Amino acid sequence: MPRKALRSPEALAAAARRRRRLEAWLPWLVIAGMFLIWEAAVWAFNIQPFILPAPSAIAASMVKWWQPLLTNSWATLLTTVIGFAMAIVFGLFLGVVIGSSVLVYRGLYPLLIAFNSVPKVAVVPVLVIWFGAGFWPAVLTAFLISFFPIVVNVATGIATVEPELRDVLRALGASPTDIIRKVGLPRAMPYFFASLKVAITVAFVGSIISETVAANEGIGHLMLVASSRFDVPLVFAGLIITGVMGVAMYWVAVTIEERTTGWATRGQQDPRLAAGG
Amino acid sequence: MAPPFVDIANVAMRYGGVEGTLALKGASLAVAEGEFVAVVGPSGCGKSTLMRLVTGLWPPTEGQVFVDGREVDGPLSIAGMAFQNPTLLPWRNILDNVMLPLEVVQPHRGQLRAKRAEYERQARELLALVGLDGFEAKFPWQLSGGMQQRASLCRALIHQPRLLMLDEPFGALDIFTREDLWAVLQKLWLARRPTIILVTHDLREAAYLADRVLVMSSRPGRIIAERRVEFPRERSMETTYTKEFQDLVHELRDRISDARDVEEIADAP
Repeated sequence: MPRKALRSPEALAAAARRRRRLEAWLPWLVIAGMFLIWEAAVWAFNIQPFILPAPSAIAASMVKWWQPLLTNSWATLLTTVIGFAMAIVFGLFLGVVIGSSVLVYRGLYPLLIAFNSVPKVAVVPVLVIWFGAGFWPAVLTAFLISFFPIVVNVATGIATVEPELRDVLRALGASPTDIIRKVGLPRAMPYFFASLKVAITVAFVGSIISETVAANEGIGHLMLVASSRFDVPLVFAGLIITGVMGVAMYWVAVTIEERTTGWATRGQQDPRLAAGG
Repeated sequence: MAPPFVDIANVAMRYGGVEGTLALKGASLAVAEGEFVAVVGPSGCGKSTLMRLVTGLWPPTEGQVFVDGREVDGPLSIAGMAFQNPTLLPWRNILDNVMLPLEVVQPHRGQLRAKRAEYERQARELLALVGLDGFEAKFPWQLSGGMQQRASLCRALIHQPRLLMLDEPFGALDIFTREDLWAVLQKLWLARRPTIILVTHDLREAAYLADRVLVMSSRPGRIIAERRVEFPRERSMETTYTKEFQDLVHELRDRISDARDVEEIADAP
């Protein structure tokens, strides 16, 4: 791109501010635009509400059914967060163990991959037999579906410590635990947080799968009941609320990531924006 | 005469089992305490292997390694190491990077909490010695490659090791930065007098820095020649322009060429 003639610092700063404002508003504009097009398309093509309800109809349904929506999404949020928390604890632990021992890695990895390949929807009936329908199958499905990315990422972070750095520390008499504590774990943190962003969204998938198979509350259950009554606007209301919860949890993970591992992005607020500089 | 500080006697090292690569064979060398020795050789001659044997990171396949009169049977905590890659930790600032060994090596480890201020002062002093004062709070990625390598040298020296092992520490730097760092390293050595074994493929670097240059053969490596370097300290870039210096570099170059020729003849059917 040809460079323009030098501009005053004030003008440059103002341009940067404008750009930041645009960046902050852009997601909302895109969402608003999507709903507008959706609404217009439903009106223009006269699509029936039981096929694709208009956003206005979905909003009306949300207002009408706000109470069941609220209690059921709360139930889903709770099961998801508990399953996710279990996945963090277990995933970190297993990731550290696998990442620091070749033997454990070789022994466990095939099993882990096999386990991850099993569709979790097929596991839910088993969980229901063990724990009864409801809360625990949802929590455990969220856990089972979300721990794998955490394990893989933490293990990668720990296993890829530079050999020279390992030598420097070993030559100082550092024990394997020292190396994991001083280098492996801090180094694995960016990988860990990257995996959390994936894990939290799939955790929602897990609990909602379980709720649609066997539960008496939760947003998945609500959508199942609504669709059996052909109340499609309510089904869509459930979908949208699930999306909103997913984004909210993702945002929490990103905020913690920025606070703790800013070093990994070399001090840039957003690495994607660094390319031009 | 005092026994040598580092004594390697007829050591062989083979990787990957009986059929594996033979990196060293019949390697012997002795280094006095406080001496600055450079090891040069063709690429892949097992220089880095030698270094890992001396620090006890790997046990030799044959022969023995003695440091300070005792046989090496595990990692030595009296050694400091620096590599071509500065390997600083990106989540720590420069001061905390330099202080990393103090969190690992005994007895410093046990005293770190109580004597933190004293240790910090030592780290700052060391950083000032290599020209990094004012950069303590910076993070590694905010520094140039040469500055990172200076910090890496400080990290190797902070716990006052008696033995410093340097594996091509300036190999990735441009020639000007490299020559600056020769002076820095010489200054550090004159100030602290650790025993230094410097592995390098830069003959000028070896001639500038070392008291003695050892030439290794190509794989399986062993020491085939040694040359004392008599230029007075403190050496400067001026030293490198003298005829004696040029002659020494040429001589070393010839020895290495000889080493490669000999191997090729030996390898021929």
